[in-house]
Amino acid sequence: MMYATIQFLNGLSYGLSLFLVAAGLSIIFGVLRVLNFAHGTFYMLGGYIAYEAVSHIGLSDGGFWIAVALSGLVLAVLAAIIERLMLRKLYGRDEVYQLLFTFALVLLFSDVIRGLWGTQVLSISFPPELSGAQDLGLAYYPRYRLFLCLVGIVVAIGVWFVFQRTRWGRIIRAATQDREILGALGINVPLVYLVVFSAGAALAGIGGALAAPALALKPGMDTEIIVECFIVVIIGGLGSLWGAFIGAILIGQLRSIGLYFVPEWEIVLVYLLMIAVLAFRPWGLLGKREGE
Amino acid sequence: MPHSRLLLGAGIVGLLALLPLSGSTYLMYLSTQVLIFVLFATSLNILIGYAGLVSFGHAAFFAIGGYGCAILLRTYEIPLLLAMPAALVMTAILSALIGSLCVRLTSYYFSMLTLAFGQLIWAVVFKWRSMTGGDDGLLRVDSPSWIDTPASFFIFTLLVVTLAMLALWIVAHSPLGRTLMAIRENQVRAGFLGVHTRRVQLVAFTIAGTFAGLAGALFALFNRSIFPDSAWWLQSAEVLIMVVLGGMNSFFGPMVGALTLIVLSRFTLEVTDYWPGLLAIILLATLFFFPNGIAGLLKAKGKR
Repeated sequence: MMYATIQFLNGLSYGLSLFLVAAGLSIIFGVLRVLNFAHGTFYMLGGYIAYEAVSHIGLSDGGFWIAVALSGLVLAVLAAIIERLMLRKLYGRDEVYQLLFTFALVLLFSDVIRGLWGTQVLSISFPPELSGAQDLGLAYYPRYRLFLCLVGIVVAIGVWFVFQRTRWGRIIRAATQDREILGALGINVPLVYLVVFSAGAALAGIGGALAAPALALKPGMDTEIIVECFIVVIIGGLGSLWGAFIGAILIGQLRSIGLYFVPEWEIVLVYLLMIAVLAFRPWGLLGKREGE
Repeated sequence: MPHSRLLLGAGIVGLLALLPLSGSTYLMYLSTQVLIFVLFATSLNILIGYAGLVSFGHAAFFAIGGYGCAILLRTYEIPLLLAMPAALVMTAILSALIGSLCVRLTSYYFSMLTLAFGQLIWAVVFKWRSMTGGDDGLLRVDSPSWIDTPASFFIFTLLVVTLAMLALWIVAHSPLGRTLMAIRENQVRAGFLGVHTRRVQLVAFTIAGTFAGLAGALFALFNRSIFPDSAWWLQSAEVLIMVVLGGMNSFFGPMVGALTLIVLSRFTLEVTDYWPGLLAIILLATLFFFPNGIAGLLKAKGKR
């Protein structure tokens, strides 16, 4: 029972941090119609920036939280620059060019990170406020991972709230429906795109910074996370926030079950789920059929 | 026009066949590598240029062909002339299986799925130590004695690649190639015309995968070894950039792209190991300044 609880929580915290990244990917796709291959790269950059900040200002006295905020900020600015100077020029072109553009960013930043931080595995310690384990009655569990679960849930509710209950959310939802009409109504559509891309990147950066204490920073984590995000949105349905949520939770649980029954090969279970979804509901659990 | 182009192709192959007379081993190695990547890039262009399907995991089939051939040759000691076709059949079956899942959805989903399955193949190669040697790769993949020298292996590669390119050229200019382009331009309309669009795309995917497998088998023989890196996404990126740089709207573009990148990588890797970064810059420059690639530039010059 205790073991099962721990495995369940491991899966949950992993799934929820996956959701932070997949949600941004899905929202950006919904509004800009750009599949951002570099989203995993933004996540990775967030982790490394937090590492750098922590190594200068330390972990205690809120240092960790400043580092996390800084990661989000740097990513927001970086993404805004990328959108404004480059991506924007490609909107009118064939989708192939946008795909290849974000893919070029993956290549570019993987080498930038290698140049700045090398190839050795780096890690951040748990922030002092959240180190140690919490007694949950059934089991002791690391407090930091519990915190990660909480963040995932708060972000899910927060994004939902912004989307459904605020003016900005209404504009963003309208942008997913019809950009031309939105422009005709006097909304600055290019600004909406800029903000959405930038906010999505910031979310990925914060996700990476928050995940850094729970896992190691190393080359290759960008593709690892983007492939899992792709699987999440394929399972959940591209462009659907709750689809991304369900997909991420399912993958988190499947991985932790797989780790128990077929260690080393747990990733195969994730692919089997994806194949099953593709066979029976190729547009994803909560997605819309193409052309509808 | 196609006939004069075929004639030109025959002329180039004829000239290349004279290359061993130069006596330079370095030149032999370099040209063999270029030939292998010409085939690899052209196979990918069947998907990108003709079908409009951008695969980010094409290296998976390159690796399957390479590992298949190496394992049959080395572990099971099957002669090359049987091992290579067997490896191709294996690649064809796996491409058809993976392809049938990837073409279920188009555009963005296709790109995501190909990357995901590419990384899955890499993970399998990496973890299946007993069969693939895992991280250490497979060493001592020996060619039979009749293609044991750089010159004879070059002639062998030239022969295989020429035949394969001819086959791909026929595919690209056959009704299948035209149908692929029709689906690329308008999938719904092609469907209305009675085309089973998914099946046609699957056939293209299988052909592209199989020929990438052939390039992979040659590559394993050429290096006398094969490593998991050959399935890694960076390998897929490299061949994708060859296609884009050369020009995806032209049959011969990817050949130019392969030649350019292979020669460039030789020089670059001697000074720096930031090759992926340079690849990114080449890709960005292509996208923004000459989206139709080198072939597009040449065409525009010719018109002027």
